[in-house]
Amino acid sequence: MADDKDVLRDVWFGRIPTSFTLYQDEITEREADPYYLLLPRVSYLTLVTDKVKKHFQKVMKQEDMGEMWLEYEGTSLKWHYPIGLLFDLHASNTALPWNITVHFQNFPEKDLLHCTSNYVIEAHFMSCIKEADVLKHKGQVINEMQKKDHKQLWMGLQNDKFDQFWAINRKLMEYSVEEGGFRYIPFRIYQTTSDRPFIQKLFRPVTAEGQTHTLGDLLKEMFPAAVTSDDGEKKYQVVIHGIEPMLETPLQWLSEHLSYPDNFLHISVIPMPTD
Amino acid sequence: MPSSLLWAVDVYGRVYTLSTAGQCWELCKDAHLEFKRLTSVQQCCWGIAGDHQVYLYVHSSDVPIRYQEETYENQRWNPVDRFCEKLLPSDRWQWSDVTGLKHQPLDSFRLPSEHWEWEADWYVDENIDGEPTEKGGWTYAIDFPATYTKDKKWNSCVRRRRWIRYRRYKSRDTWAKIPSQDDGPLPDPFSDISAGGWEITDEPRGRLSLWAVSLQGKMWYREGIHHHNPEGSMWTEVTTPGEVVQISCGPSDLVWAVLWEGQLLVREGISRENPKGSSWVVVDSPSTEVGAIHVAVGINVVWAVTKDRKVWFRRGINSHNPCGTGWIGMVGEMVMVNVGLNDQVWGISCEDRAVYIRQGVTCSELSGKTWRAITVARDDDRSRSGSANSLASGEVRVQSQSSVMNDAESSSETERSQAAQSTSPTHADAMKRRIPKVTSDSFISELVSDKERKPGRDGRDGPTPSIQEDGAPQEQASADQETSVELFPQSSGQQGARDPKWSNVDLEEAQPPLPAAASDTTETSSLSSVATYNLGIEEQYGVDEHPLWAWVSGGGCAVDSHTHLNWFSASTGVSSCVQSMSLSITPAQTAAWRKQIFEQLSERSKREMENFKHYEQAIEQYLHAFINEITVLVPVLNDTKHTFAIYTPERTKQRWPIRLTAATEQEMHDWLALLNLSCCDSRGIHGAPCKQAIWSTTCKGDIYVCEPAPNLEAVPYPLPCDQMFWRQIGGHLRLVESNSLGIVWGIGYDHTAWVYTGGYGGGFSQGLGSSTDNIHTQTDVKSIYIYENQRWNPVTGYSSRGLPTDRYMWSDVSGLQECTKASTKPPSPQWTWVSDWCIDYNTSGGTDREGWQYAADFPAKCKITTTGPWLEVPPIALWDLTILPCSSQSSVEEVSLWGISNKGDVLCRIGVTQQSPAGTSWLHVGTDQPFKSISIGGGYQVWAIARDGSTFYRGSVSAQNPAGDCWYHIPSPPRQKLKQVSVGRTSVYVVDENSNLWYRQGLTPSYPQGSSWEHISNNVRRVSVGPLDQVWIIADKVQGSHSLSCGTVCHRVGVQPMEPKGQSWDYGIGGGWEHITIRGNSQEAPRIVMPVPAENTLEKKGRVAEEGGEGGGRTASISSVLCIKEEELNGNAVSC
Repeated sequence: MADDKDVLRDVWFGRIPTSFTLYQDEITEREADPYYLLLPRVSYLTLVTDKVKKHFQKVMKQEDMGEMWLEYEGTSLKWHYPIGLLFDLHASNTALPWNITVHFQNFPEKDLLHCTSNYVIEAHFMSCIKEADVLKHKGQVINEMQKKDHKQLWMGLQNDKFDQFWAINRKLMEYSVEEGGFRYIPFRIYQTTSDRPFIQKLFRPVTAEGQTHTLGDLLKEMFPAAVTSDDGEKKYQVVIHGIEPMLETPLQWLSEHLSYPDNFLHISVIPMPTD
Repeated sequence: MPSSLLWAVDVYGRVYTLSTAGQCWELCKDAHLEFKRLTSVQQCCWGIAGDHQVYLYVHSSDVPIRYQEETYENQRWNPVDRFCEKLLPSDRWQWSDVTGLKHQPLDSFRLPSEHWEWEADWYVDENIDGEPTEKGGWTYAIDFPATYTKDKKWNSCVRRRRWIRYRRYKSRDTWAKIPSQDDGPLPDPFSDISAGGWEITDEPRGRLSLWAVSLQGKMWYREGIHHHNPEGSMWTEVTTPGEVVQISCGPSDLVWAVLWEGQLLVREGISRENPKGSSWVVVDSPSTEVGAIHVAVGINVVWAVTKDRKVWFRRGINSHNPCGTGWIGMVGEMVMVNVGLNDQVWGISCEDRAVYIRQGVTCSELSGKTWRAITVARDDDRSRSGSANSLASGEVRVQSQSSVMNDAESSSETERSQAAQSTSPTHADAMKRRIPKVTSDSFISELVSDKERKPGRDGRDGPTPSIQEDGAPQEQASADQETSVELFPQSSGQQGARDPKWSNVDLEEAQPPLPAAASDTTETSSLSSVATYNLGIEEQYGVDEHPLWAWVSGGGCAVDSHTHLNWFSASTGVSSCVQSMSLSITPAQTAAWRKQIFEQLSERSKREMENFKHYEQAIEQYLHAFINEITVLVPVLNDTKHTFAIYTPERTKQRWPIRLTAATEQEMHDWLALLNLSCCDSRGIHGAPCKQAIWSTTCKGDIYVCEPAPNLEAVPYPLPCDQMFWRQIGGHLRLVESNSLGIVWGIGYDHTAWVYTGGYGGGFSQGLGSSTDNIHTQTDVKSIYIYENQRWNPVTGYSSRGLPTDRYMWSDVSGLQECTKASTKPPSPQWTWVSDWCIDYNTSGGTDREGWQYAADFPAKCKITTTGPWLEVPPIALWDLTILPCSSQSSVEEVSLWGISNKGDVLCRIGVTQQSPAGTSWLHVGTDQPFKSISIGGGYQVWAIARDGSTFYRGSVSAQNPAGDCWYHIPSPPRQKLKQVSVGRTSVYVVDENSNLWYRQGLTPSYPQGSSWEHISNNVRRVSVGPLDQVWIIADKVQGSHSLSCGTVCHRVGVQPMEPKGQSWDYGIGGGWEHITIRGNSQEAPRIVMPVPAENTLEKKGRVAEEGGEGGGRTASISSVLCIKEEELNGNAVSC
């Protein structure tokens, strides 16, 4: 039978086939071909789209090129969300490849953060990890690490080095047996139908009585509609990394195995496809 | 690997086999017999049936077992009758064997047993020495006995021809009764049997040692078992010092038995010539209060079970010490355990009578990690459900399976169960009577209880409900829908009352990962009835078709820790749930949610990636290493490319360094010089190495030095060996020896002796290296990005995923093997002469023990010119040398330095001091024969090894008498020729020509020669024992996560004054290393007060670790505990 470690690998090596098309109103010197890439689900858009930028640079005048931003069917894609989350949230149940539109003009200031360099992504990534560790271990594990360990986490993500990343991340996933799990589970629940960016509250992996909390327990408390509905019909899909784990899945296990590299469980709750 | 079989007997005596490729227990063909004991090997299985007779089950194969009988027909010529049967009185029989001494007419041949058949009739062999004869097959000679030819000559007076007939063993795939012995003492009924010994010798093929124990406690050995004689020929009694109840024979030379009184017997003297062994040694039971009842041995392991069902592991077992050194208590309570192939361990749990496999048994961790239940069903479960012999539960099981598919069916299931109910009570009673008490404390009482139950057994086919042996309430039995649910609690209840439960730790651990079985709808319906009758938790284990096992044998079952087995998945809903509740056997692994995540992830990968493989990856893959993580830079030169290897602790663990190739040699040297400087700067290492430094050389002749950290020899947590930083020192040497006064000598490949001048740098780092002090310090953390050059570096070495890990070429494993060719490479113009430094001349060859560099296509000699801080010590060429180890504060005026000349003379250097490390002259020390290795230890103990492999101790050496007075011969370990010796403060270690490392026991100040050799490890190339008695070696065949390396620096950890042999090896840099000396390092580690864990606390930790192991080793505390455990059992780790 497969090993839990294989889950980590599967999660890490998830790839979304993506086609990048230049926005039709962008001014080009000649017609731009679409560009195709396999995007790592666990990474960030601006971290892995240098090639896209270079590709479209060839057909554009330098002065027409502002900061690149990406959009999918009218939604500006937030680079500071992991790619897999963006896809699950906005493009689940659509045909592949994922068609992303590339813009160099009219940066949507109110929707997106600027990303001037990889340092910005690194800072965001590390702050997520720190926040997650505060929830899990009162920040003790991340604070006890050396600077080079922090660097290794980031370099692991940036260079797509699973072993390098997990050599350090492993420590962030430890917990004492007596407690039966982390202090709190770092999670965020996203939905497209709400104005709120996401739901994030304190939630423990086990009850006061020592019962294991499941994904279902979490949703019941945070987003009851995702679990039950009045007529008993399933109205939402609960998606993590492109899969729908059973509601009985222990939350602690999910947090250890299906968290993104930023150590958060990013859970998308999306309406059931109508067909 | 072809599939093989695990054999087991259930409590009813039925024999089942489970294939490594299968998913259910198959009832053994020829099922009419009931068995008590089995012992299986790959080609067959032996058993003792209910009639106490021995049976043999030989697996069928494409190749028949056939035996050629032969006899000779002899004739003599006379003028009247020509050739005829009339022989002279002095001649041989008309029909005889080949020697003519034995009369054997055709009709004297009988089949050895009913299990043989003749293939055909007798016929004449018409061949002689591979050539055909004339028709009739006669061969001619002058007289008997003589040389026969196929041609009849004028002087051919006699002739003979060979008749042959084949017999064939026919009883394959069936139980063949071994005929009882006609002559000699007839063994009384047998009670236990064990087969093994097939690794003792290859000839004759298929040879087995079969040991048996009789009811009276006598021991028997079956003679003559081999491929052509699978049944063996006769029983021979083996005398024992007491009454034996059980025996176990391993594949090799281990044979242990259990005495009636509870002690154990170990057979000694088993060898190729004497597979029966010669004598017994008694070993006490693991527990002082409770005797042993069962033992199981493998190649290097011994497991035992005591009467309280506790399981014990014997540590310290090896081929030199079949008795081992001590017992370690293991988690779990077993009725019996069995050791199979690859030292894998099988057991039958006391609690649920399931067959368990010990998981995580590897050659480095022979005790394994955890017990895991085999949860497959039996093939006959279904078929028995409707028959008279039915256990009335197959039906239920099938239904509960259907409830997995569809919960809505549960109502109909109840109805159907009730329908089945009408027949069930009677079966329930029948079953109760038939459960034999195999758990009883000894085999004798088992037999007694068997006899008591005989009537029940005989009445199997006609159950009489009135017989009630255990007094269970009749109405409850008949009211219960699931008869066996009610039944088993009775038996396991008895069990529970008598025996302690599984440890609490186990049960607690079992709970958190199990979400109250909420996800497993599978068993709820079928178990609901249990709850109704208020039978309590424990009783759920007994759900209907969970088989109860009595005996298991894995001697023919080829699995190891990597084998993928389909024995644990939930093929039947109920039984798997039962398993997961009954023991801490990773319930999470069988949970549905987990399975679903696996399935969905693989679907997702397929959906999102399969059709898009041609898309470009967004992230380019390249290598990197942080400067401050680099532990060594090693040039890997060969004729065509200029490569060097970079090690980090991680890469060292993998045994797979980063290898980089430069366009030119100059470029490579520039890189090396720059990187070396950066690495030294980032670690703050400047100038000459300290006096305590550790020196080593590679097989290429490069010299490395490491500044020892204060915690290098700390106990119990020394600095991990793979974190040691080595820098290169110019020069080219075969070996280096040092002491803590900073006296360092070396010997080149041409045997020139060199003394260290106190400098540093040289070699590749000229230019940069000559002015190291002027180089500015760079930043602490730096990344180097270098694109992988696929031409030189196989992509498999660096890819993190998806590529097979089993394809690494052996030629690459050391990371340095290429460099052995380098010594045949012409000198490079880049290696410039510096007049301040001295030259080393190097001849090719002699560096690689694999010997390939001796191939004829390499040039015979070449010269390398390099630079380094070394001065030649003329004129005598040296083979070996040793320097007196001393403490750094030592006030020794003149340091003892001994050498062995190229010709084998022993020499003692006069006038070696700190100020004048080269000394003044040699003093010849007389010997009777040439020597090859020498070492001087604390207190001037000088040990040496002669070229013929014998060992000598030099008496009366002292500061005043530096050459001593005479040699004492020291016997070598049996059958071993010694190669190298190293003497520390008090410890003496030697390495033999078969790469075994031995420790000299019994050394005392009054008797410095010691008493005996103790085997420590194999695969050792060289040893260095330091002034603190610390032990470092160069080891071969060290397994990393990516590859295997030869020539690896290893450190013995756990060496303490009271434990000079240490505990286990810690692996450092390599392969490709040839020599190390630790003899300069006399820095004691800072003392940390650590309570020495007593045996029982260690065991407790072991338990925690076992459970943690199943949980994926999630916490820091657990993983560190695991390390302790591994170290304890890792005595022979270099061998893997």
